[in-house]
Amino acid sequence: MKITEQQIEHLADLARIELTDVEKVKFGSQLSAILGYVNKLNQLDTEGVPATSQVTGLLNVWREDHIEGCEPAARELIVENFPDRQENLVKVKGVFKATPEEF
Amino acid sequence: MTALNELTIRQAHNGLVKKEFTCLELARACLARIDGTNDDFNAFLEVFADEASEQARRVDAKIIIGGEVGPLEGIPLAVKDNILIRGKRSSSASKILEGYVAPYDAFVIAKLRAAGAVFLGRTNMDEFAMGSSTENSAYGPTKNPWNPKLVPGGSSGGSAAAVAADMCLAALGSDTGGSVRQPAALCGVVGLKPTYGSVSRNGLMAMASSLDQIGSLTKTAADARIVFKAIAGGDHWDSTAVPDRHNREKTDVKGLRVGVPKEFFIEGMDAEVEKAVREGISRLGEMGATIKEVSLPHSDFALAVYYILMAAEVSSNLARFDGVRYGRREAGDILREVYGRTRAAGFGAEVRRRIMLGTHVLSTGYYDAYYKKAQQARTLVRNDFSRVFEEVDLLAAPTTPTVAWPIGEKFEDPLTMYLSDIYTVSANVAGIPAVSVPCGFKDGLPIGLHLLGRPFGEETILSVAESYEQVSDWLKEKPAL
Repeated sequence: MKITEQQIEHLADLARIELTDVEKVKFGSQLSAILGYVNKLNQLDTEGVPATSQVTGLLNVWREDHIEGCEPAARELIVENFPDRQENLVKVKGVFKATPEEF
Repeated sequence: MTALNELTIRQAHNGLVKKEFTCLELARACLARIDGTNDDFNAFLEVFADEASEQARRVDAKIIIGGEVGPLEGIPLAVKDNILIRGKRSSSASKILEGYVAPYDAFVIAKLRAAGAVFLGRTNMDEFAMGSSTENSAYGPTKNPWNPKLVPGGSSGGSAAAVAADMCLAALGSDTGGSVRQPAALCGVVGLKPTYGSVSRNGLMAMASSLDQIGSLTKTAADARIVFKAIAGGDHWDSTAVPDRHNREKTDVKGLRVGVPKEFFIEGMDAEVEKAVREGISRLGEMGATIKEVSLPHSDFALAVYYILMAAEVSSNLARFDGVRYGRREAGDILREVYGRTRAAGFGAEVRRRIMLGTHVLSTGYYDAYYKKAQQARTLVRNDFSRVFEEVDLLAAPTTPTVAWPIGEKFEDPLTMYLSDIYTVSANVAGIPAVSVPCGFKDGLPIGLHLLGRPFGEETILSVAESYEQVSDWLKEKPAL
């Protein structure tokens, strides 16, 4: 199965990964080869076979819906890991470009 | 006398109890070996020399006043770079986590810390545990101690090389499709992947959550049991961790039924690897086990199942690395640009390849053909094992189809690289425990014997591995550094 350059662009967009033109060609051919291999599953008759999503047989692992918080020292390290922040808040770029003309 | 860094956990423990040497001397012997050889092998990304010495001193102080010495007390360990150690950097060998400092201890680290273990440093790996050669590290490849021109296997290649080169007594790794057992085989050490759910993964960076499991790289099977006993267990931060179901199963090799899956001896496997593995299996027969050929008819499909499900889970798990809360952030005018550029600059090629593959198999129009199909095929692979474990107590097979290969040989050909996991992935797909133990050499390079057990049957496979070690000399062989 051949993955087209258009499909690669679509996947990269869905995965939020910018690709160069060279990478698009390379990933396209590599993904095509991998999909060619995994297509061997089509030889299997799986009609009526239940899907396995986990193997331990655990069912409905519940816990109380309450906030546990974390210890202050761990919290401090978490905040220090923010690439950019304002006091204890994560600072990020806007979702939309907000220029005066757009208002 | 054996140099201290060459000791097994059990030997070192005995020495500490008898006060033949101190923990500090033991830690310093490892640190000196790291100092002398890490430039050649690139096994460690960072060494915690000061903290390790401090931890060792504390244990010494306790021993002096006559405190009881636990089996891991004062034992110097290495830790794969995807397992969090509070206050230390942790990067999964990825540029996207440059500068990240772990805010808490992983479950396994907390357990080992409480047991008095000494952490020597963090080891190199394929980025986010994706790879079979440790070439996919943002910090350069790790080299095989048996021959530095060759790969150590992966993704826990740094941990395997560190144990093989006696830079530590044992190491932690993670195994999603063979990442503990395959490098253990290629480096001539013992690699254990426990049953899925038997060790909480809280604090392990998630790769493929229905497959990931933390395991150990050790010099003997007895040491693997010591580490496993120390790290086994659950907490409520990993809802897939299963309450202890481990039974003391039959541990004498005599009378055990060992199945040899015929599908694991395939065309394309190295003839000398096959010979060594078959000899190892015959040895189990001489020790009183019943050897029986069995069939796992869907084995040939396990790798395809694995590459679909793993990639799907990877694409979802790695969505969190977006430059917002931790690690690297690239500049952009709007958030979406920041995401795209951060992930392009931060992730290496293999990680991006698997994220896109996973995105594809989960996307509209392909979900049923790939993801659902693979989940159904996973059931068939699991059923094979369930059926076979009614006839036999464990399975014996090769860990890898070949010995270690030259660095660079498979790097540009992902599919060929993936095929090196062909024997190991099925244990993850089925969630069963498996261990690789050294069983011979080809041209001076180690070969691994793969023992697979029933769910929660660690005791059985480790007992067999331990008995096998006692009748073979492979562990006495050391790489000439």
